[in-house]
Amino acid sequence: MPIPQERIRNFCIIAHIDHGKSTLADRLLEYTGTISQREMKEQILDRMDIERERGITIKAQAVRMIYKAEDGLEYLLNLIDTPGHVDFNYEVSRSLAACEGALLVVDATQGIEAQTLANTYLALEHNLEIIPVINKIDLPSAHPEEVKKEIEEVIGLPADDALLISAKEGIGIKEVLEAVVKRIPSPKGSEEEPLRALIFDSLYDSYKGAIAFVRVMEGNIKPGQTIKMMSTGKTFLVTEVGIFSPDMASTDCLRAGEVGYVVAGIKNVKDTRVGDTITDAERPAQNPLPGYKKAVPMVFAGMYPADGEDYEKLKEALEKLQLNDAALYFEPETSAALGFGFRCGFLGLLHMEIIQERLEREYGINMITTAPSVVYKIKRTDGEEIMVDNPTNFPDPSKIEYIEEPYVEAQIMLPTEYVGPVMELCQDKRGIFKDMQYINEKRVILRYHMPLLEIIYDFFDQLKSRTRGYASLDYEFIGYFKSDLCKVDILVNGEVVDALSFIVHKDKAYYRARQIVEKLKEVIPRQLFEIPIQAAIGGRIIARENIKALRKNVLAKCYGGDVTRKKKLLEKQKEGKKRMKQFGKVEIPQEAFMSVLKME
Amino acid sequence: MSDIKDLSIYIHIPFCLKKCFYCDFNSYPYLDMVDDYLDALFFEIRRYKDLKRPIKTLYIGGGTPTVLNEKRLYQLIDTLYKNFKIIKDAEFTVEANPETMTKEKIKVLKRTGVNRLSLGLQTYDDELLKVLGRIHNVKKFEQAFFEAKELGFENINVDLIFGIPGQTKEKFENELKKLIKLEPTHISCYSLSLEEGTVLYEEKKRGAIKLPDEDEERCMYHTAKKLLEKEGYVHYEISNFAKPGKECRHNITYWKCEEYLGFGAGAHSFIGNLRFSNKRGIREYIESLYNRDSIRYDEIHILNIEEKMSEFMFMGLRMLKGVSKDEFKSRFNRDIKEIFSIQIEQLKEQGLIFEDDQSIGLTTKGLDFANLVFMEFIK
Repeated sequence: MPIPQERIRNFCIIAHIDHGKSTLADRLLEYTGTISQREMKEQILDRMDIERERGITIKAQAVRMIYKAEDGLEYLLNLIDTPGHVDFNYEVSRSLAACEGALLVVDATQGIEAQTLANTYLALEHNLEIIPVINKIDLPSAHPEEVKKEIEEVIGLPADDALLISAKEGIGIKEVLEAVVKRIPSPKGSEEEPLRALIFDSLYDSYKGAIAFVRVMEGNIKPGQTIKMMSTGKTFLVTEVGIFSPDMASTDCLRAGEVGYVVAGIKNVKDTRVGDTITDAERPAQNPLPGYKKAVPMVFAGMYPADGEDYEKLKEALEKLQLNDAALYFEPETSAALGFGFRCGFLGLLHMEIIQERLEREYGINMITTAPSVVYKIKRTDGEEIMVDNPTNFPDPSKIEYIEEPYVEAQIMLPTEYVGPVMELCQDKRGIFKDMQYINEKRVILRYHMPLLEIIYDFFDQLKSRTRGYASLDYEFIGYFKSDLCKVDILVNGEVVDALSFIVHKDKAYYRARQIVEKLKEVIPRQLFEIPIQAAIGGRIIARENIKALRKNVLAKCYGGDVTRKKKLLEKQKEGKKRMKQFGKVEIPQEAFMSVLKME
Repeated sequence: MSDIKDLSIYIHIPFCLKKCFYCDFNSYPYLDMVDDYLDALFFEIRRYKDLKRPIKTLYIGGGTPTVLNEKRLYQLIDTLYKNFKIIKDAEFTVEANPETMTKEKIKVLKRTGVNRLSLGLQTYDDELLKVLGRIHNVKKFEQAFFEAKELGFENINVDLIFGIPGQTKEKFENELKKLIKLEPTHISCYSLSLEEGTVLYEEKKRGAIKLPDEDEERCMYHTAKKLLEKEGYVHYEISNFAKPGKECRHNITYWKCEEYLGFGAGAHSFIGNLRFSNKRGIREYIESLYNRDSIRYDEIHILNIEEKMSEFMFMGLRMLKGVSKDEFKSRFNRDIKEIFSIQIEQLKEQGLIFEDDQSIGLTTKGLDFANLVFMEFIK
């Protein structure tokens, strides 16, 4: 006997990193007996290793719980997890659209952060019932009353009945579940209407193909049914539907209001686009659910195998990653310096770092990643407008009429005492001040319009260091604007290393060029001869350093008959050499390419 | 019996009065464990009493073998004679710290057939000896050196270190000249390297000491080479100089990848295609011998043919005359140029190695960048 729609609750948790989202989710699963403590690997909802290490969620997950409430009835609770990073804003909005309510978890010792604020507003836009939950009240530094005030004043939500809990200590868990049952409305869609199901995530399984994670809004979906993806019109035959408990378990039907998964022989995750609407092919809905967007990569970088022979391996790995990540874009590219590789597009810098780490860790590929770039709009003197995502493809300066670059609106929350340094930083990053709003006497929100290029460069690191980690950042693309940009080339031993070229605002070209040649001097190991490192705009050299010739590299000691030790030392050196790429006579380590963007 | 291949033997004495500031060798100042250790060592040696292979070189190293008293030294050497078939003109070296040398000990060594001493001087400068944390001074070294000579030791090696914090190339040249006057038959001249876990390493890390810069350090090395060669020493390995015919046959065994057995804590052996090493810690070593359930070796590595060729190259190239092409061919039944042609051509182009009809070896430039050369022969 299925649980009737009025006893279904679909909700998500909105929280800043470290504010305790995963711990709370674990407690809810434990309390409802969905998973025993023994089965629980720490923080079950975050499944990828990288996610666990970084304490963030990359992919949304969902889990279904049965809760016997105080009123004696059983309720079906679907907890839909949301990604916790600004790169994945769109994914968050789709997860929210699948819910009727959200738990807004705020750390009692920290207060609201920019990310939380942005996501809460998103949730309000989707008409979600929001239940404020103040976590970590067991800590001595907790100040729940102030946090309540923040919630009321900054977000404008009544916080009188905010729940005070400690997920870590298991305090207040039952109250959370009761609030979910009592305060979050049940789903409303009719089972009689034509099917409309929202895809909020997908997963690739090598046996079942792409699996769509859905929230059924109206109608129902069951095996044997032919479904249609409303954005592409492609049709598929459903072979299996099921729920997350928390592992996938098949059921006979998913009804209006329910959350589950759909298997339909879909070969590619590109056909299960997040935000798309699934309908019945025979009795299609009139209109898709609102809010669908195709994921647009914002940040681009070249990825090259350190060893040219790994090209095929890299290609296969990227293809595999793409199976699970429709937002990852790549196409073959060649670099004079790095050989054959791929131009890859990402949602943001974090997304890029995650992909890079997974390629190295899970696929064992030694890679060189070039400095990330945004997409520039270039008006040429012949009137043609081109989009360029790779500095190498920049036209000659004489052929450029003007350049436009993407801008974002950045929203930064920070303690008042750091306003000075942060405003200075924003100005330095070519930010245009828009607004400053006091949350309370201790914290403010700053709003700036800024080039995305500056954000992906080292803005976040700098922001963190200037505010001792107390600032949080959220940003949103707002459009393209004209900019005075130029391309700087880097020459190593007299030859342009195309992979090191970068685009920069003219006012900062000298400074950045200086920084980069100095950094390269540090990271390129000395070799048997002296190596000049130069930066140039067009044909004009604007900065230069010399790497002195290496004087010695010899192991003097004997270590008796311990040949193994000698060999290990040599192997270690050799390993370092393998991570280098040969440019003419010079060997350049992979770190050099990343170091170009990471600078204090 | 002449078709049985000969062998070298290494004995490790892992004790010192005090650990020097640069030392990362397997040695400990726990002299109360000496008796238990020697019992275990003798036990290990006796297991090989049926070994038929003639022993061509013996080397007692450490640590400081001469921390043992006369009786213990005698027992140790006696055990070796009783259990091994040592050939008549075997090279028999004992390492010694000047501070622990006495006339009596020298006499025991002489009487028991030891024919080569290796004295750790390290630097001919009392101030620098303190920097290194050595327990002896220059005077004590000279005394030990002359006593050994008087009592009949003519083949003596002296260890020197250069690149010490506070040492200049002028100072080093002076030290070297003083040492040459004593006419040791062999001089080992090592560049100081700071290994993790040593006192000097930590001091360097916190900025308390400063090493001579690389230019000066290399200058010291090449000064030593020039000076010693002028005085009739043969520079036969990266860090080793000897009067003709006095090259250390034991160490050459290592560099030629010939076979040896090591006894004692952390000692390494190489037999056939097996490299293995004893437990490093003193207690673990003793335990490993008596307790059948414990693990006997720290590591055992079976070499395949590629590894053997690789080792032959990066060990052999330490010697200045280089590796012999014929020797390579006769050992591996393959032409050296067939296996390593790319590496050899590239290194020649960089001026790091030379090649003539018989051999391939380091150039003078290659001596400074030997690791770059060795690395090429490693997978």
